[in-house]
Amino acid sequence: MLELDHVSKIYKVGTFGGKELHAVRDVSFSIQDGEVVSLIGESGSGKSTIGKMVLRLISISDGSITIDGEDISKIETKESKEYYRKVQGVFQDPYSSYNPIFKADRIFHIIHDEFYPDVDKHTWDDKVNNALQDVGLNPEHVLGKFPHQLSGGQLQRFLIARALLLDIKLLVADEIISMLDASVRIDVLNLLADLKTRGLSVLFITHDLSLANYISESAIILYRGCILERGSTEKIFDNPLHPYTQMLISAVPRLDQKWATKVKLDSEAAHLGVPTGCVYYDRCPYAFEKCKVHPEIIEVSTDHHVACWKVSDSQEK
Amino acid sequence: MSLQIENLSVYYQTLKGDVHALEDITLDVKLGEIMGLAGESGCGKTTLCQSLIYLNPPMKYMTGRVMLNGNELPIWDAEKMNQHRFRDISIIPQYAMNALNPIRKIGPMIRDLLTSKKVDYKDRLPELKHRLDVVNLPHDVLGMYPFELSGGMKQRMVMVLSTLLDPTLLIADEITSALDVASQKAVSELLVKFLDEGCCKSAIFITHDISILYQIANTITVMYAGYLAEKASTETIIHSPRHPYTKLLIASLPKIGVKYSEKHLKGIPGHPPLLLNPPIGCRFRDRCPLAFEKCTEVPPFVEIEKDHFIACWREGSHA
Amino acid sequence: MKNLRIHNEILYFALRNKKVQIGLIIILFFVLLALIGPTLTMYQPFEYANPLGPQAPSSKFWMGTTFFGQDVFSQFVNGLRATFIVGLLGGGIGTLLGIVIGFTAGYYGGIVDEILNALTNIVLVIPTMAVLLIIAAYLDVRSVFTECILIGLTSWPWTARAVRAQTFSLRTRDFVDLAKLSGMKSFKIIFSEIAPNMMSYLLLVFILQFGGAILTAATLDFIGLGPTNAISLGLMMQYSVLWGALPFGMWWWFVPPGLAITAIVGALYCTNVGLDEVFNPKLREM
Repeated sequence: MLELDHVSKIYKVGTFGGKELHAVRDVSFSIQDGEVVSLIGESGSGKSTIGKMVLRLISISDGSITIDGEDISKIETKESKEYYRKVQGVFQDPYSSYNPIFKADRIFHIIHDEFYPDVDKHTWDDKVNNALQDVGLNPEHVLGKFPHQLSGGQLQRFLIARALLLDIKLLVADEIISMLDASVRIDVLNLLADLKTRGLSVLFITHDLSLANYISESAIILYRGCILERGSTEKIFDNPLHPYTQMLISAVPRLDQKWATKVKLDSEAAHLGVPTGCVYYDRCPYAFEKCKVHPEIIEVSTDHHVACWKVSDSQEK
Repeated sequence: MSLQIENLSVYYQTLKGDVHALEDITLDVKLGEIMGLAGESGCGKTTLCQSLIYLNPPMKYMTGRVMLNGNELPIWDAEKMNQHRFRDISIIPQYAMNALNPIRKIGPMIRDLLTSKKVDYKDRLPELKHRLDVVNLPHDVLGMYPFELSGGMKQRMVMVLSTLLDPTLLIADEITSALDVASQKAVSELLVKFLDEGCCKSAIFITHDISILYQIANTITVMYAGYLAEKASTETIIHSPRHPYTKLLIASLPKIGVKYSEKHLKGIPGHPPLLLNPPIGCRFRDRCPLAFEKCTEVPPFVEIEKDHFIACWREGSHA
Repeated sequence: MKNLRIHNEILYFALRNKKVQIGLIIILFFVLLALIGPTLTMYQPFEYANPLGPQAPSSKFWMGTTFFGQDVFSQFVNGLRATFIVGLLGGGIGTLLGIVIGFTAGYYGGIVDEILNALTNIVLVIPTMAVLLIIAAYLDVRSVFTECILIGLTSWPWTARAVRAQTFSLRTRDFVDLAKLSGMKSFKIIFSEIAPNMMSYLLLVFILQFGGAILTAATLDFIGLGPTNAISLGLMMQYSVLWGALPFGMWWWFVPPGLAITAIVGALYCTNVGLDEVFNPKLREM
């Protein structure tokens, strides 16, 4: 249902926009109905930028994003409301998602005013109560309170309930549990996974591989705006091929084993401009001459794609 | 013994009354020990460390005492604490990225800081350079402005800075929370390295991520709603926790390889109590699957086996 | 929908703050004087009430009379009214313009921001007083209202800059994105999502503009470019200097208006500093 085709995002930075920052480079992937896809990357990998482009919060520099065959950059401002009936987002910081001086349930009133002005108050209240129960909240306990009186987990559930009121098709979940406490994290994650049974697609943006592995069928590994590896979550986690993916998985703190290898420390300042070769060249322990040329992403086995010369060379042999 | 805290209570003053943020904390940190401090947000872990560094209004000192190297720290007196801060006890703040003055070069900023503590910059320079090598930063950074460094580099710079006078106790307040997995690992390992090299003599590592503590901490202390819940060696806490809260907390962590389609993990139902007019007795009572009548009294923090402390009527009373 | 709890807390701290207390008491005193004063005197401001000419304060003329025998008290209380009108209207127009321009520039960013920012900077570097002098000198009949409009039209740039900066930081907050995802129109987002968050700030801006407008008006009046058909505190000072109140020692003529302007502007700044402490918990003294 969602399809990204060679999407790029370029920011002009510096005085008079003299320099270019490539936040997203030539990214293509798709999400099917009822599928959870994880977009995994460090900060600065462009994962949130992709989410924002899908939500039409920022423009697309190059390429196209289509939903059910419709190019989203061609939607007129007037029709954007119809778009948001289908696609909604939940963001990382639950406290920043609420206007601190209003009650938290104002987000439901706004949906009522903007999307369903004809529904009478009584029916609407029932609808809100149902949505809240769907996300595991007791309406009596949470309605009529200010954001600071609710916990981070409750606030994120509120936002999911808000999206459910709209009968959406796609939810962009941008790091929605990274600021929550461990004890409630998993419940919000389960809730997200349950949405699948309603036929919802989820773009799950995260930096935490264990979470991505827990809920998604497909995963995309992003580094400095480029896709390095993508495919079924199972294949990527059981058999990570790209050196970057291998490093990420080895760095995840686990409760069953301790860290083995050392991480190579980054001693460079912010990255600008377009690297001509592989984006991971500077940090890659296996980098060789060929890596100065940009590696194309190739399919190494069914539903498992990697952009790495070392992998593609060994495939040829 | 590096740090000893006895019966420390600290409240926050608000218009509606006191918020009981820390209640009767008794614990110690040995020399060479990295103590991990874990708990949900609002459990008092940051308050505990804040009160060791700079106890300022609306925080209010209630009872208890704090000993560092056998000397009592005047934590209730923000002025007197000045001679201990940075020298004996130092902190890497949560937002280390923003801790550097954006309009000063890093070298001169460090010089000012050292001068204010009556230490000569030139004397300390060789050691400073050595430590930059340890964290893999070029010596040129001393002539740079903070914006020329990446986030991870700034974080490492602040780590070098806070430990420059070899403090007895180093407090790392959620320093990995905002980082990516790779940087998380790098920073955590650096902390261990710092301790090995004698840049600090003991450390408290605050985080809500127990799996990082498992990697680097010697002991783990779990806090809940202002009270200590359990303290033991890392292995014990992770593999054989006794407190119901610790057990539930560890069970809720997604492990790599576990998938939703195969196994549903469970969080801890309910919420921590509000600490303004907190409930009497054990504060975990409402969420605890094992709660019984006795839990209406505050359980004492007792040693049930060697170096394993716990505050729970169910588990503690067996000892 | 208002956050009663927070409002009450702010009110509580505001009324407990010494600076706010002192400032409010002084301002309230002058407001009452401006409101009630004119009903307490039977003389008109420009009426030649005292045939004896200048006279020190007495039981008949509470603040004495001018060189021409006009009642200083009557001039003073009527002048106070003009002063408050200038503050309210001139400061109000300045604040309003600044807010609208600041919000627009800050929220839309890009080319809109560049243009509005250029305009702001141009107005900022123009020597305001010189322009006011020229415009004021060209107008034959000047009322208090024209003065207000002139002051308002030239005093907005600082406000616009500050509001723009604040809007910049607020518009990147997630709740603004969420409002966009709800299909809310930009205009509605600015006024129902962003502006309420800046209320305390806008209040402080208005107080500063209020005081600034009073000072500018006093300066204009004093150099003879004030209203031609009314009395104001600045005009009183101008007349007193013009007709030799200083060499003849007629202190009752110029001391009250000078003192009142100083006191009102001082009290406004005092309130402002106090309110700043109230709104910013970090500056609050427990």
